[in-house]
Amino acid sequence: MNKVIEGVAYVLGNDVDTDQIIPAEHLVYSLSDPEERKNYGKFALSGVPADQAGLPDGKIPFTENGQSESKYSIIIGGRNFGCGSSREHAPACMEIAGVRAVVAESYARIFYRNSVDGGFFIPFESVKRMVEEIKTGDDLVIDLNASTLTNSSSNKTYELKSLGEVIEIIEAGNIFEYARKTGMIPSA
Amino acid sequence: MGMTITEKILAAHAGKESVVPGDNIWVDVDVLMTHDVCGPGTFAIFKKQFGENAKVWDRDKVVIIPDHFIFTKDTHANRNIDILRQFVKEQSLPHYFDVGTDRYKGVCHLALAQEGFNRPGEVLFGTDSHTSTSGAFGMFSTGIGNTDAAFILGTGKLWVKVPESMCFEFTGTFPEHVMAKDVILNVIGDIGVDGATYRAMEWRGEAVMSLSMEERMTLCNMAIEAGGKNGIIEADEVTTNYVKQRTDAPYTIYKSDDDAQYFFKKTYNASEMEPIVAKPHSPDNKAKVSECVDVRLDRAYIGSCTGGKLTDFMAAARLLKGKKVQIDTFIVPATREVEQDLYKEKIGGETLVDIFKNAGAYLGDPSCAACLGGPQDTFGRAKDNQVVISTTNRNFPGRMGSKQSHVYLASPYTAAASALTGHITNPAEFIYN
Repeated sequence: MNKVIEGVAYVLGNDVDTDQIIPAEHLVYSLSDPEERKNYGKFALSGVPADQAGLPDGKIPFTENGQSESKYSIIIGGRNFGCGSSREHAPACMEIAGVRAVVAESYARIFYRNSVDGGFFIPFESVKRMVEEIKTGDDLVIDLNASTLTNSSSNKTYELKSLGEVIEIIEAGNIFEYARKTGMIPSA
Repeated sequence: MGMTITEKILAAHAGKESVVPGDNIWVDVDVLMTHDVCGPGTFAIFKKQFGENAKVWDRDKVVIIPDHFIFTKDTHANRNIDILRQFVKEQSLPHYFDVGTDRYKGVCHLALAQEGFNRPGEVLFGTDSHTSTSGAFGMFSTGIGNTDAAFILGTGKLWVKVPESMCFEFTGTFPEHVMAKDVILNVIGDIGVDGATYRAMEWRGEAVMSLSMEERMTLCNMAIEAGGKNGIIEADEVTTNYVKQRTDAPYTIYKSDDDAQYFFKKTYNASEMEPIVAKPHSPDNKAKVSECVDVRLDRAYIGSCTGGKLTDFMAAARLLKGKKVQIDTFIVPATREVEQDLYKEKIGGETLVDIFKNAGAYLGDPSCAACLGGPQDTFGRAKDNQVVISTTNRNFPGRMGSKQSHVYLASPYTAAASALTGHITNPAEFIYN
């Protein structure tokens, strides 16, 4: 597993629900077809109300001009990130758009579980609320060994909570690889 | 130490004498449910991980209920139904309820109950967050993503962290104009949209046990709106009467021990409950209906897993009978069975269908419809900056379609009363006058 994740921040607020992450009308595309799945990147975070999109200023689109990849690869969130539906299209669309980590104050449980079990990206919890500490566009570095988040733009470092027991699934890659490692399902 | 009903069911399915909150356990799954939105992705992962020719762990335990994007011209949505059909054929799955056939049901959570898949003491997972609905039958049920569902398809098992339980007890009797929707919106307003995150919401007390199965389903349905892992109500005679009419399958009744440990306990006096709405744009944005009477409405929507059951339409019809709606009003039965009941059940000699039509409401086909917006041609989809009163379970920004729309969540009584006046209205005005 990569021990350092570098990327540009995209900052959101509290209770970012799965309808904001990927509005239901877009849940019709294939997640497995290599071309069709790009639609998910294109519409990732497209339901976020404009004034909340890319804080503190807002009105910053996550992806531009119909592109399926975003220049922002680390999402900063507040409380209860990913609440609402069980749609795995939510973490999937973020991964397709290039997200490699989310750092939130807390998560809704299905979204958190889907992120880990599906191996889409690493959902970190910050010790302190980060939404007001980081601006959209800041350069960030996450150090997994030190369990820290550094804002290179402001030169400040923050503590992340331990990934706890899910670290084994994250390190394996997803729930299937974890189950193979532990002998629960036969190795491919 | 005593265990809660949730802990007992999980322990039994993990082959353990006891479990405590925080334990990570592997449980045996009794039923896996999926639908048209998450089925195709689930099947793709299953094939990738277990092989193109792999077979599901138990054909009899897989239930596939298309319900989300059904009556639409959207080619991708219709293609997804074809993917369900193909998988069902490849796997010879018996429990599939195909679109365009007599077997079509509609909204999965009510269809599970009506087709006998909700059985006390069992463990049910579904690729839909409102799978918590089934907890009304004294079973453990929760929503999962495609990956976890694919894992179950291949193994029949899933890892679960045993949740702490929260106990919500209602003593006494609910007033006649208060419905389960008011009760759950009240509780979500009290604890917040993350107030039950990772926890079980257990409902107790004589007022809860006086409710019908459909009303109990409404309580458990919206556990997820407080972040809950599951909602649960001990099975009683009301439960077993319902279940026995739907299935001959055996079941096990678990009850929480008197010395079970709860993370949180709150007792409400049922008689003090009032009609409640959740204002835009969050299910915990609670207000009394009496505080919102100035809110002008553009449309009313009565439908969904939480507001489209027969009980919900009996309530709405009671108020709409002999009157005219003042705003566009959409009636969407959750399932075909509910739809058929609308033609059979009568109030004062008039069928519910006639009551709704004569009141000027529009009747849609059974499905999730505009509860989650859906494709552009979805029945009842919110447009522009409309203000909607809805019996559905979520009012996140854009949830019912337009990002500019404003959705107030309410009971069927409140939605019907408001449809008659064009502004948010306390149903007591119609019920007691």
